[in-house]
Amino acid sequence: MIGALIARDVRRGSTGTTWLPAAFFLLVVALIPFAVGPDARLLGPIGPGVLWIAALTAALLPLDRLIEPDRADGVLDQLAIHRVADESVAAAKIAAHWLTFAPLLLIAAVPGAVLLAMDGKALLRTEIALAIGTPGLAALAVAIAAVTAGLPRAGSLAALLLLPLAIPLLIFGAANALLLEAAVSLLLLAGAPFVAGAAIRASRT
Amino acid sequence: MRPLLRFDQVGCRRGGRLLFDRLDLALGPGEAVQVAGPNGSGKSSLIRMAAGLLRPVHGAVERAALALADDNLALDRELPLKRALEFWGGAVEPAMSSLALDALAGVPVRMLSAGQAKRASLARVASSGAPLWLLDEPLNALDSDGVGRLAGLIQAHRASGGAVLAASHQPLPGDWTRLELTP
Repeated sequence: MIGALIARDVRRGSTGTTWLPAAFFLLVVALIPFAVGPDARLLGPIGPGVLWIAALTAALLPLDRLIEPDRADGVLDQLAIHRVADESVAAAKIAAHWLTFAPLLLIAAVPGAVLLAMDGKALLRTEIALAIGTPGLAALAVAIAAVTAGLPRAGSLAALLLLPLAIPLLIFGAANALLLEAAVSLLLLAGAPFVAGAAIRASRT
Repeated sequence: MRPLLRFDQVGCRRGGRLLFDRLDLALGPGEAVQVAGPNGSGKSSLIRMAAGLLRPVHGAVERAALALADDNLALDRELPLKRALEFWGGAVEPAMSSLALDALAGVPVRMLSAGQAKRASLARVASSGAPLWLLDEPLNALDSDGVGRLAGLIQAHRASGGAVLAASHQPLPGDWTRLELTP
């Protein structure tokens, strides 16, 4: 059931709107040269940080479709009836969300680095940090989507919750402290299924 | 014989209001119980409690493997009906033909009418192979042909040792033990 659920969520996530977060990511990156000027000496050093901020803002876009549609349509109830633990559902959703979100973001980071006049080495370092950090970001996104599912104005609330909680990922990712980034990412991956599972249970009325 | 569903002194509180209290109920193989009562008397809550989706404030609920059909379709709207049903597993084809859904196998779930969607959710239950069926307002939006087919399905399910708990404010076809909830 878990494999089928991941496959289903990847299929549902891989529609025309899959590119939206990656496109939004590039758009945010493209705004920076307009805001601070096209000087490569200025853009180069801030490049990795800008890519990270763009990645965090892009992570906000899919929040409202991660949990709420399945809660409203009774899919989460039916999974519980099929004796799938809510924590397992959350873990499957984290895996599926990462698969539909992170690879496109990593691809979009390449033209993003060009827009920011970053050199190849800086791009490679940022790509590695993003690859390590995005699983934690996906876990955080699913947990927050579950906590806010069913609430009025859930989208805005989820954004307000996600950005502060993603600060550790941002700090260690932008500073390229890969071990600390991996530690934060693992911590989020380990904790998020339990938070999301408890939130799914609490949302049943 | 072990019952398929057992409520032992169960109380249900929703929104600070006690809907029912000290409720005992046992459903053995072949039995069917209709939960009746006016709007807001706790019929749906009782069904969700039987499904394990709501916790009782006190008392205990024991249940066998079950299938639930309520207002939520729980089928992917963009998929053709047959593929959407297949996600939940079980014997999809016989269940679809017993509810006359064969012709709609390739139709996306979002295109179904309310009555067709109700048949689809009943097909999800019929294909599950679970011994206990929980049906919340199963007659809503069904036409007379659909009601007849549902009655046949329930009869066959009971004959093969299954049990049905249905919540409905209107009379259900066939013979049912009535459980009346008072507001």
